[in-house]
Amino acid sequence: MSARAEATGSTQAVTPVLEVRDLEVAYTTEGHERTVLHGISFSIAPGERLAVVGESGSGKSTTAAALLGLLPGSGRVTGGSITFKGEDITRPGRERLLRLRGREVGLVPQDPMSNLNPVLRVGRQISETLAAHGVATGKAATQRAVELMEEAGIPDAARRARQYPHEFSGGMRQRVLIAIGLACAPELLVADEPTSALDVTVQRQILDHLETLRAARSTSLMLITHDLGLAADRADTVVVMSAGEIVEAGPTEQILRRPQHPYTQRLVEAAPSVSSARARVSVRQGEAPAGVQASGERASDTLLEAVGLTKRYRLRGQRGQEVVAVDDVSFRVGRGRTTAVVGESGSGKTTLSQLVLGLVAPTAGEVRIEGEVVETARGARRRAIRRAMQPVFQDPYASLDPTYSIEHIVDEPLRVARIGDRASRRRRVAELLDQVALPGSLAQRRPNELSGGQRQRVAIARALALEPRLVVCDEAVSALDVLVQEQTLDLLADLQDRLGLTYLFITHDLAVVRQLADDVLVMQGGTVVEEGAVEQVYAEPRTAYTRDLLDAIPGAEFFAEQAR
Amino acid sequence: MAIQVVPAEALGASSTPGEGAGGGDDLGSGRGRALRSLLRNPLGLVGAGLLLVVVLVALLAPLIAPYPPTQVHFDTPFQRLGTKGFWLGTDDLGRDLMSRVFYGTRASLEVGVLSVALAVVVGVPLGLVSGWWRLLDTFVSRLTDLLLAFPFLILAVGLAAVRGPSLTNAALALGIAQVPTMIRVVRAETLRWRGADFVTSARAMDAGSGWILGRHILPNAASAVIVQATVIMPVAIIGEATLSFLGLGIRPPAPSLGIMLSDAQQYIFRAPAAAVIPGVTIAVICLGFNFFGDALRDALDPTTSSR
Repeated sequence: MSARAEATGSTQAVTPVLEVRDLEVAYTTEGHERTVLHGISFSIAPGERLAVVGESGSGKSTTAAALLGLLPGSGRVTGGSITFKGEDITRPGRERLLRLRGREVGLVPQDPMSNLNPVLRVGRQISETLAAHGVATGKAATQRAVELMEEAGIPDAARRARQYPHEFSGGMRQRVLIAIGLACAPELLVADEPTSALDVTVQRQILDHLETLRAARSTSLMLITHDLGLAADRADTVVVMSAGEIVEAGPTEQILRRPQHPYTQRLVEAAPSVSSARARVSVRQGEAPAGVQASGERASDTLLEAVGLTKRYRLRGQRGQEVVAVDDVSFRVGRGRTTAVVGESGSGKTTLSQLVLGLVAPTAGEVRIEGEVVETARGARRRAIRRAMQPVFQDPYASLDPTYSIEHIVDEPLRVARIGDRASRRRRVAELLDQVALPGSLAQRRPNELSGGQRQRVAIARALALEPRLVVCDEAVSALDVLVQEQTLDLLADLQDRLGLTYLFITHDLAVVRQLADDVLVMQGGTVVEEGAVEQVYAEPRTAYTRDLLDAIPGAEFFAEQAR
Repeated sequence: MAIQVVPAEALGASSTPGEGAGGGDDLGSGRGRALRSLLRNPLGLVGAGLLLVVVLVALLAPLIAPYPPTQVHFDTPFQRLGTKGFWLGTDDLGRDLMSRVFYGTRASLEVGVLSVALAVVVGVPLGLVSGWWRLLDTFVSRLTDLLLAFPFLILAVGLAAVRGPSLTNAALALGIAQVPTMIRVVRAETLRWRGADFVTSARAMDAGSGWILGRHILPNAASAVIVQATVIMPVAIIGEATLSFLGLGIRPPAPSLGIMLSDAQQYIFRAPAAAVIPGVTIAVICLGFNFFGDALRDALDPTTSSR
């Protein structure tokens, strides 16, 4: 008996909060079993912060779902074990699972928009969690919910607890989800891409806050993310997953600074935050920023010019109330250059891109392409101007008509413009697919048979069909995985060299900007707060807002140190 | 000009809704998958089976009916089920019930197909333009509200009363009564797709409204139109039976399930089969369409077909 007590005592000192051994998960589709996790093992010590990093489809969310018994559909654990504080929870019973979830393991889910019940008051949703686990009921639970919201950094919590989710911004909703996740003081918090839907500055605030709360309770954290920068900033240990296997695991410093596995090396190389941080430091250290002189030289050759662009929207149902989406914005885009427009959601950057493309009529001001005003052009001139600029959109799933074949999608601009006959259009499609490095055999496929990266290439090929001079990329790589993102950015750069394209690159991702852009416009609240050559703006931001944005890039400091 | 293009496109799709606007091979593999999912759904299979029988009976009525539907046999009225020569019995005038049911089914489907065609031909273009042009929407939507405020049967009765009872007029009345729901469905689909990125990129390549409506929005809305057609069909078939029952639809002695019901009700205690048989036939036809339509909706709806 004493020996046994001793044994448990001695193991307790090192008992990890969570230990996963050779975990295998499989899905059954139409009678076929498909294994998606091939024996993964890792453990989380008390108070440890573990980041699980990988691309979409690597199995990182499946891992989290498996340990919470939340595998969707036909998914089930087919091998290995999950141990929580020494107790086997691989196949927990219903009762055990209910106690485990929320009470012992908290979850902060990915999407703040869909994870709150829209018809329940926010405070009620938190107190419900408390009541469900018997932590507090009635008035006490209501009171505790308000406290939790305060702790999660929601101002005026007592009043806001009585509001509904739609009255909260994305960042505030994520705070509510964090409050729910931490409500019962769990020993382990699983955060599945907790901030990937949020702006960088908001992301930083929330993660800072989460870290404060976590540290105070010494809760263990399992952070699931696709962003290496985030892992660098927020984790002690990193587990890199690819295709359902762990390719590399170890302390953050070691993994990210000296990656051993080729996959990790590629991932680290491709991470935009890494290269931009490195570049930023190199500029700070006094290397001549190449772009500054270049912009002076080529400024005379302006392709696109916006003068005093303003767009106001009238609010429905509210008499005379207007929202200014874009407010008196003027800028020039030099031929053959890439100009990035960065800003957070609501800064007016997407409206700006639609104004440029002539899809939305400006309230005031004008857009000129090679000196010609887009708005007033008519007939053949207007068509020519329209064709001189083509868009590439963010979502590779929504931007291709699902009922069309790839060939049909790519040659649509030619058919609209009545260019060529059947045979010549077919040749042109082959040529365009070749330009974006897609095999010609894809021509007869449908969009839903293609991967996200391939679809985005198709969208680029379509944009190039009319031989435009300006391509407006509206968050064109934001929805792609980091390796695919890098390939797509390389492709865009390559096309620019070969075809002399000019890009207007709309993005919220400052890390990407550094990789691709020559010039940058920083937008906030519909106005341009800063503009200039990328190197200049990144090295010496003139406004506090730009500085905030740059500092909020995940991993900026981490990789900056490395570059030094 | 653009508005004229749309009905042409819509017509092309409505006569062969399964083919979309670009020919049979334009069906996405998404729809191929939908078809497979449909065939795995037991209720859908039952529905498809019932419909197949109903359609075959309607098409082959002249070949398989033992007698002409209006032929009277005064010496053998009120025959029972299973009588030799009259397997389903005869009515008060000694007309063969089986022949009349076959021809009645044919009439029902004729009215159903005609009114669905009308609802599609009128409703789809109006739905498209009202979803696309805000200004027209105000007008079309108010008109839709107005039509929907009438109970459809009253509308149909009114129209039949004005134009006189006949198969064509019944189909016309029932079709017009179904136009507003079709407008609503297509308008909603148009609103859903008009903001899609592929529509925006079509606008950026300077495609006209006719192009976008006909080649992007209509093919994507086709699923919803097909499903709505399977919903309208049984409503129109019951509507025809009701109108004929009331003497406002097909004129006797031409066979119609509604007329058979109306004739049989006087003798319902003496020869219940004469009333039950057309009643069951109507139920079977509608059940077939409803099962098939439900399965089709599930199969085409990405949120349910993923299972």
